[in-house]
Amino acid sequence: MKSFTSRLWKISIILTAFVFSIPILTILSSFIEPSGENWEHLKDSVLTEYIYNSLLLTSGVGVGALVLGVSTAWLTTMCKFPGKKLFVWLLLLPMAMPAYIVAYTYTGMFDYAGPVQTAIRSWTGWGLSDYYFPQIRSLGGAIAMLSLVLYPYVYLLARTAFLQQSVGVIEVSRSLNCSPWQSFYWVGLPLARPAIAAGLSLALMETLADYGTVAYFGLKVFTTGIFRTWFGLGDYSAASRMAAMLLLFVFILIIIERVSRNKAKFHNTSGNLAHYSEYSLKGFKAYGAFSTCAIPLFLGFFLPATQLLAWALETWREMMDDRFFEIARNSIVLGFSAALISVIVALFLGYGKRILPEKMMIISVRTASIGYALPGTVIAVGVIIPFAWFDKKIDSLMNSYFGISSGLILSGTIFAVIFAYVVRFLAVSLQTVESGLEKIKPSMDDAARSLGYRPREALMKVHIPLLKSSSLTALMIVFVDVMKELPATLILRPFDFNTLAVRTFELASDERLADSSTSALAIVLAGLLPVIYLSQTISKTRLK
Amino acid sequence: MKCLEAKNLDISYGKKQIVFGFNFKLEECQIGCFLGPSGCGKTTVLRSIAGFEQPSKGEIILNGKKLNGFKTYITPEKRNIGMVFQEISLFPHLSVEDNIQFGMRSWSREKRKKRTHELLELIGMSRFGKKYPHQLSGGQQQRIALARAMAPKPSLLLMDEPFSSLDAELREQLAREIRLILKQENISGLLVTHDQNEAFAMGDDICVINQGRVQQTDSAYNLYHNPKNRFVAEFIGEGSILSGIVVSNDTIETDLGKIKGVLPESLNKMANVEVLIRPENVVLSDMKEIQAVVKARYFRGSGFLYNLKTVTGHEIFSLITGQDKLSLDQVVGLRLKIEKPIVFNPSSGTLN
Repeated sequence: MKSFTSRLWKISIILTAFVFSIPILTILSSFIEPSGENWEHLKDSVLTEYIYNSLLLTSGVGVGALVLGVSTAWLTTMCKFPGKKLFVWLLLLPMAMPAYIVAYTYTGMFDYAGPVQTAIRSWTGWGLSDYYFPQIRSLGGAIAMLSLVLYPYVYLLARTAFLQQSVGVIEVSRSLNCSPWQSFYWVGLPLARPAIAAGLSLALMETLADYGTVAYFGLKVFTTGIFRTWFGLGDYSAASRMAAMLLLFVFILIIIERVSRNKAKFHNTSGNLAHYSEYSLKGFKAYGAFSTCAIPLFLGFFLPATQLLAWALETWREMMDDRFFEIARNSIVLGFSAALISVIVALFLGYGKRILPEKMMIISVRTASIGYALPGTVIAVGVIIPFAWFDKKIDSLMNSYFGISSGLILSGTIFAVIFAYVVRFLAVSLQTVESGLEKIKPSMDDAARSLGYRPREALMKVHIPLLKSSSLTALMIVFVDVMKELPATLILRPFDFNTLAVRTFELASDERLADSSTSALAIVLAGLLPVIYLSQTISKTRLK
Repeated sequence: MKCLEAKNLDISYGKKQIVFGFNFKLEECQIGCFLGPSGCGKTTVLRSIAGFEQPSKGEIILNGKKLNGFKTYITPEKRNIGMVFQEISLFPHLSVEDNIQFGMRSWSREKRKKRTHELLELIGMSRFGKKYPHQLSGGQQQRIALARAMAPKPSLLLMDEPFSSLDAELREQLAREIRLILKQENISGLLVTHDQNEAFAMGDDICVINQGRVQQTDSAYNLYHNPKNRFVAEFIGEGSILSGIVVSNDTIETDLGKIKGVLPESLNKMANVEVLIRPENVVLSDMKEIQAVVKARYFRGSGFLYNLKTVTGHEIFSLITGQDKLSLDQVVGLRLKIEKPIVFNPSSGTLN
């Protein structure tokens, strides 16, 4: 009896995990398929360019996110200066901004026809080629945009690492004649390095996944390449082969992230978590620290948000029509259903792993949760290929037996879109739910049962109250991530079906930047939710 | 009257058998104790009594009611057995009061309240009812866990290494406190521990377990002075084992001289035996029957415990009371003073 239920659990969990691993397995399998003519052509012409540009983009964002993230994390942990307490959580705000939206606002402000350059010309009377102004729509521009919104990943993990370093190690280094800077360089930084590497690899995964920014700037990188091959050439197998190549880059990042996280556990000297005595900064040092934190915050959030607001004030009357509300409803319904499904699946998988912690289970759950590292473009390709195959099979079966066509059942439907979202964001919900489950020790189940509660009652009285907050958190994060998601929706959405993100992208691509601001603002507002939540947890860890 | 009886229990995890033919009895209002090295199976037996593990063979009887046996299995929640866990398992989302009331849901509100106050008073924490677990120290949390387990008046209270997460100082104190509380409440208890001081502080009957088998169930005094086998002799207290040969019906010849005393009648002449030497069996002697060097010295309040190495190469312990102390590397004369030698069969390790 017992072994039967446990086998049932095992099979259904491995099966669920497998279903959500289908896209990645599809993409990986394109390596073993023979390459087509288009692929050979792509390989000879543009592939090197894609690889080169993608590498340049990731290394540029790497440097940018590293500098911004580590410096702000160190200053807000170790120093005292005006506004520091506010900066601790304000510095997270740029996370609420999707990179593509920041890109639109910067283009609007700093392009040739934008207010800044126009003002320069009217003051000085210069013409088109009389002065130098950095090109926003360029690789450098993309690096700047992405760095500005992705540095919080590094900031967040580095700050946690700095906070967890025991007071001891820094004080020991000071007693061994290190100046504050030297102890940062020789002790603080090396101890936090694994956490910084983990944060950085997350930021770089996002960089590789970005489609909206690079497409708008017209850059030739992997994600835009996949789109071009998919829609332009209509060559699915070449597109999925390209997706597989992109995947290789992502895998390297995943490995770096996993290894660093393990090391971070080891480097966490913990024990004494009492608060540092902070360095009190005065005079120009205080100004320096203040500007170091204020500049990324201003450029990454306040400036683009102000521009969005300004545009929205101009155009919202026309833009908030019935169509807008329909699209907003689409986004909300999609976000909510994907969030709900992924939390349910995460609870299911999380419990499975808890009850039967076997190797096979752990591996299959891991594979299913790899999606977060995958660019939306890759997932979309990995979803549509098996779905189209399935539809075609069913259709021909129906045709041969009943003489009717079943048409599209999975592909080109909302179902495919939601499935792709769940694949992409399952890891987020799984991680959150698992951290909630970890807090429920097995002995708590036993305690409840020895106090006269049946297993189901123990679940109601102990597990559900304890899991409630982490499940709600997971729900919220996935919801917002779906609201922002662009490339997978673009590829998979049914005909004439729009979301806020897609609408923003389309209007911006038509150079109707001001018109796109209303829906962009709606996305940013939703994006603020998890940032507020994060800012609460970050100040909680500070109190420890 | 018997409170608990375990008969011939076999317990396995998967294919690996952990517990073999386990027998144990606990009288009502007594406190029993499973004592053994880690991995010996003591916790497994405890969990099978609670109902979290199912024995593959044997029966568990609580107050005359069969909990486990052929085709019977009563689920943990219906056993009326309380349990305190090694990792403090208070519910973090509930206050101290709510934790204690968790198991009394079928009681009336009034009774629940009264019982909670009574218990908080008993464990000396009346002021803490509204606090949450994370606001308490480890010792306080474990007291609350005890109160929670006792609240529904269980017929038996199980404690699985309840003190292991606490400071050494706190352990014995809490063990004695809990013993008093259980006696006051007339609850039978069963403690699992690897620490003999805890077992001695708490248990009336102590069951020594090794490798899934009961070695001896007895009072602390008997475990020390009348161990049934070599494992118990070595596990409880300090002592060393000396080989010898029976030369007459009251004499054993050993490397450290002759031991005279009352020997079991079953012993054959010329049989090889092992004799247990306790520290108090080794005394100073001017006759210098045994010459030994002092290797280490431990203060034991009423005297010193010495680790000595004899000229013949044997390591023995000696407990010498009084304030005089021997210095390290000093050569001393000793003799064995044993009235009733404990003699084991060298091959089986059991009593001869």
